[in-house]
Amino acid sequence: MTPRSRLHVPSPPARPGQEPDFSYLALSAPGAAHRPEVTVAAADTENLSKELVRVLGDDHVAVGPWNPHLEPPELQVGLRHMLLTRLFDDRMQRIQRQGRISFYIKSTGEEAVAVAAGMALQPGDMLFPSYRQQGLQVVRGRNLVDLMCQCLSNTHDMCKGRQMPIMYHWGSGNIFSISGNLATQYPQAVGWAMAAAIKGEDHIAASWIGEGSSAEADFHHAMTFAAVYQAPVILNLVNNQWAISTFQGVAGGERRTFAQRGPGYGIPGIRVDGNDFLAVYAVTEWAAQRARQGVGPTLIEHVTYRAAAHSTSDDPSRYRPKEEWKAWPLGDPIARLKGHLIALGEWSEERHARLEKELEVQVNASWKEAESYGTLSGGPALDPLTMFEDVFKDMPQHLVQQREEMRALLEAGTIDVSPVPLAQKA
Amino acid sequence: MARMNMVQALNSAMDVMLARDPRVVILGEDVGYFGGVFRATEGLQRKHGEHRVFDTPISEGGIIAAAIGMGVNGLKPVAEIQFADYIYPGFDQVVSELARLRYRTAGEFTAPVTIRTPCGGGIRGGQTHSQSPEAIFTHVSGIKVVMPSNPYDAKGLLISAIEGEDPVVFFEPKRIYNGPFDGDPHKPAVPWSTHPQGEVPEGHFTVPLSKAAIVRPGTVATILTYGTMVHVSEAAVRLAGIDAEIIDVRTMAPLDIDTVCTSVCRTGRCVVVHEATLFGGYGAELVARVQEHCFWNLEAPIQRVGGWDTPYPHAFEWEYFPGPARVAAALTKVMEAS
Repeated sequence: MTPRSRLHVPSPPARPGQEPDFSYLALSAPGAAHRPEVTVAAADTENLSKELVRVLGDDHVAVGPWNPHLEPPELQVGLRHMLLTRLFDDRMQRIQRQGRISFYIKSTGEEAVAVAAGMALQPGDMLFPSYRQQGLQVVRGRNLVDLMCQCLSNTHDMCKGRQMPIMYHWGSGNIFSISGNLATQYPQAVGWAMAAAIKGEDHIAASWIGEGSSAEADFHHAMTFAAVYQAPVILNLVNNQWAISTFQGVAGGERRTFAQRGPGYGIPGIRVDGNDFLAVYAVTEWAAQRARQGVGPTLIEHVTYRAAAHSTSDDPSRYRPKEEWKAWPLGDPIARLKGHLIALGEWSEERHARLEKELEVQVNASWKEAESYGTLSGGPALDPLTMFEDVFKDMPQHLVQQREEMRALLEAGTIDVSPVPLAQKA
Repeated sequence: MARMNMVQALNSAMDVMLARDPRVVILGEDVGYFGGVFRATEGLQRKHGEHRVFDTPISEGGIIAAAIGMGVNGLKPVAEIQFADYIYPGFDQVVSELARLRYRTAGEFTAPVTIRTPCGGGIRGGQTHSQSPEAIFTHVSGIKVVMPSNPYDAKGLLISAIEGEDPVVFFEPKRIYNGPFDGDPHKPAVPWSTHPQGEVPEGHFTVPLSKAAIVRPGTVATILTYGTMVHVSEAAVRLAGIDAEIIDVRTMAPLDIDTVCTSVCRTGRCVVVHEATLFGGYGAELVARVQEHCFWNLEAPIQRVGGWDTPYPHAFEWEYFPGPARVAAALTKVMEAS
């Protein structure tokens, strides 16, 4: 038979009802990956972009050249941030299920990607996250009440009710506005970094996207500009294996790692165990040093697993094995750091339980306070007339006119502003 | 006849066309195994195979560009863009390529691509899951722009779009996927099974493009609208107690000017209603056409009702959404003026 072309449609190793299978995942032994100087040429990172930087082994011992040698108090802070992120997520998910917020996205299982990276950066560094790096907010010390108020679109909402839940921003904390459109922040982070270089500043930028959204052209824009201008930026690609229902092969991960795209653009690529707090910290520190020394950008692929649904609107049992997360070979970032601290003699189950309880109390108290500033179903409410503000710096005539039109409708009771139960939607 | 909601009707249209025409392929994010985030392609991959219905990378520019290439090579691609709010990365491919291919090659190359995309607000989607960007596309010469308001039309129009030889951007008002929402979110949801247009033939049939529908005959005014706002306008007519004719434009471009202008010339009064923002909106085109053709018949200035000229705010969805009260007020105003 004459060979003919045939459309290859990638399909994941396991579907619902089948046994999870992660045999496609190339793993390196902990400590095995080489750690080059930060001045390394992109072409010399081919191996680094194929291997997996790991520090923590199954025996909870930190090994190899990438061990960042953090002091136990720093590790404990990292554990606390990751645990708080998880408890916050769990709480917000429950609140969504109760119909008190419209939507939520958890980062369960991926906490190290944000928390360890956030800790390895400096407060003046500018962060351009996607919607699954709430751990960055936690690291930078954001009051949970602020995050909850955003999700509630209430009177203390930083977005004044204009964005869906989780689309936070934090000017003074140097965390950019999260967009509902994917990957847009990636080339913007490069531009921010270019400006830092133009101005001769010491600050760098870091951005995060998923492996799924790396298919957007914005990824290419970011890589090209970062390479051309040697921008002081860290480009994080969070490969959590799933983009809603499509597995990482649909994003192009079947034959090359995502990190390997880096050398293709002239940017060093590193593939790291995203559930290994120490490894994520170490590669971020390395990439930050590179950027700060003017050597240029780095692409980091974080290999992790989206243990939760894509969002509260998603039902992963329709497209992947229900217990797939349990088979994930790189474990749970919190359990692994906890195990490491215990092995060091710097932590215990009792202390962990105490910490968990303390953080639960913090989350509960935060929620109580946030609720007092209003919910979608109960006051106090934001003034709807504020919706006309910030479209432009100065309100143009046609918007002034529309605002007055709405004011009249509200005063006449023509527009019904009584709360709409979220369950009522079609 | 079967009872279908709009999602089932769209699914049925694609199912029928996949079976009838081997050139039809469906592509988009999550449309394959999963069946789409709104379930519009549920079961189609299983039934027709993964070479006919398949998932794409998250790249709207890639989806539309690949669909163009497939179209040039003899296929009839139906591309899903998960939300209309996500279509912009593919905008250049629509505007500079898809729309102009026939023209710039004097008909030698064409790409009969249908782009399906859910639009509109009312599901607490905030500014990135609620937009109605139809006017951005009606301004582009060379693409047809369609928006159905019920399951029967959704199926018939989608089949027409797929069977046609021109590219179509097919907007699906997602708030009415499951029922004919009349603009009052406090009322219990109404399913399509209670609505006459929820009766949809199971097999092949078409509703022609560029043909408006008179949804409600009336005598004293004409409401020109489409999508979700058809149902809101019906509620507004009841609310105002005014015998207005309601015209569902259905295809925004190319427009059925005759049906529109015949009605307005007869009633002498006109209200234009859409969910999209007002400034530079599609309503402006309707108003311009009406005044060109009906100026000497008009008894009152034409009124427009639309979304306020701001991004779609998450918290103020129902203050923003142009509900029946605002449409009724415009109707009353157009009746009072003389």
